[in-house]
Amino acid sequence: MATTLLSRRMLIGVLAAFGLLAIVILLSLGVGSDNAIGLAQVFAVLQGAGDDQARLTVLDLRVPRTIIGVLVGVALGSAGALLQAAARNPLAEPGLLGVSAGSATAVVVSIALGASLNNLQVGVAIFGALIGCSVALGVARMSGLGDDPIRLVLAGAALSSMLAAVSSVILLTDQRTADEVRFWTIGAIAGRNLSSITSAIPVLLLGLAVALLLARPLAALALGEKVASGLGQRPKLVRTGVMISVALLVGSATAMAGPIGFVGLVVPIAARAMVGPDIRRALILAVLLGPSFVLLADVLSRIVARPTETPLGVISALIGAPILVLIVRSQRLPAL
Amino acid sequence: MSVSPPAALQTQNLVLGYQRTTIIDQLNASIPHGQVTAIIGPNGCGKSTLLAGLAKLHPAKQGQILLDGQDIARLSPREMAQALALLPQDGVAPDGMTVADLVRFGRHPHTGLLRQWSKEDQQAVVTAIATADLMAMADRPLTTLSGGQRQRAWIAMALAQSTPLLLLDEPTAALDLGHQIEVFELIRQLAAEGKTVVMVVHDLASACRYADHLIAMCAGSIIAAGAPNAVVTPELIHQLYGVHCRLIPDPISGTPIIVGVQKSQKSEGKNQKG
Repeated sequence: MATTLLSRRMLIGVLAAFGLLAIVILLSLGVGSDNAIGLAQVFAVLQGAGDDQARLTVLDLRVPRTIIGVLVGVALGSAGALLQAAARNPLAEPGLLGVSAGSATAVVVSIALGASLNNLQVGVAIFGALIGCSVALGVARMSGLGDDPIRLVLAGAALSSMLAAVSSVILLTDQRTADEVRFWTIGAIAGRNLSSITSAIPVLLLGLAVALLLARPLAALALGEKVASGLGQRPKLVRTGVMISVALLVGSATAMAGPIGFVGLVVPIAARAMVGPDIRRALILAVLLGPSFVLLADVLSRIVARPTETPLGVISALIGAPILVLIVRSQRLPAL
Repeated sequence: MSVSPPAALQTQNLVLGYQRTTIIDQLNASIPHGQVTAIIGPNGCGKSTLLAGLAKLHPAKQGQILLDGQDIARLSPREMAQALALLPQDGVAPDGMTVADLVRFGRHPHTGLLRQWSKEDQQAVVTAIATADLMAMADRPLTTLSGGQRQRAWIAMALAQSTPLLLLDEPTAALDLGHQIEVFELIRQLAAEGKTVVMVVHDLASACRYADHLIAMCAGSIIAAGAPNAVVTPELIHQLYGVHCRLIPDPISGTPIIVGVQKSQKSEGKNQKG
């Protein structure tokens, strides 16, 4: 009888996820939008050698980009796993439910009001995410809606469109804001230096710590609200915690890279496929798989339309949208 | 049952309800120690609310609930879960969850960040699975079990909480006769091992047969309580369900069986209250 959460399947899953991450990090360091600098030069640079061009590309572009990709992947992967478990809905994803849109709209509004992307307050992004998250989970708990995963996503799509409309109006009427955030609103981890994200990192770590603390009570909540209460959990407190954690995670990811959809959908699904539905296992796997997904999408963004780069958010949507359609079309949505 | 044993749980003028509606009104109930108590009554009379209230899932609007003489208002959810185990009806097991996975949840009130999984927890899980006679299928997903086995797995989760008190909300709902008996016999066995069991039951014959103590509820109040043979009368059945019937003793257990049930003409208004 399996006596703890540390099953063989979990061990294999974690090792596989680490292996995948190592490969993808190498790809992210070694692949550019042209073939000028390959892995050999990357290793040379990392050991202190290499010419100036290679040093610039690797140290100032690819390394920061890879680090941001890892952070964004951790944040969005774990936020998705958490949100899906709390909403008991395999389609609950920060992007689809309007959490990312809430965060992005708050940022656009703040820039229109005079802020700048360079000194972007991560608090603004978190505030927007919190609003989006509470609306999404509030809708999920409305009678009748919570039982139907697809209707929840429809409600999220409505919220996202509304927020996107607000952003569009601002971007159309305000040239300065539009110039500042054009690339950012599609989602990108390129061209941002590490200093611009230092304020987001503590927020991300806090969100992740809250998420890990919530894993156990959330696992009990998966058995039903009353069952969890009978086991001594406090469902309301747990859901509030999820909202805060998701807001911190999505807010920090949005501040770093703009709104990137579908990471929180695809990653938890892959995690559950590997280690089963228990959120305590799935969350760990989502933390490890999230960076792989983001970096893989980012590497693709460099090569699908060489020599120009495609925004990361576009690639992520190109991968995620067909998967969403597949899930919705499958005979039965898995119960969480 | 010569001497009435001390109460494991007692309510004093208990009022339960949601914002403005009152579901349980001024209720005084007493759950005897080490026995099986069945709560019966028509749909919507407040049985499940009372059971959830006893587990402190609903805060008392007035009155109090005493657990071994102590007011439960002072206990945290975790302390409550260490003292009594509630098995509600809304339980759902995620796809792929095994019996052992489920039963391990019963140790939640005893483990946490500071108190990691121990041998004692492991022992409690194994004992619970063995008591529910599910050892052979401990690693099987719940979806592959029969209805009766699945229900026993849920009861095993409650057992793993290692509490002297067990509250079960319709433990045999949606089970066929054979599976119902599986579950009821497990409940009798638990009482024989010294547990106090409170269950909400719909089937009167089963309630009479498997419970030592009956609490009959109607519209949020108790209208009769005591040993099944003493309290179940045609008048009580009429009061509860608005039907006329006759009672004959079960040839084996001697407990009452209800026969010849007929809808009474004049009591239709009464039944709607439930």
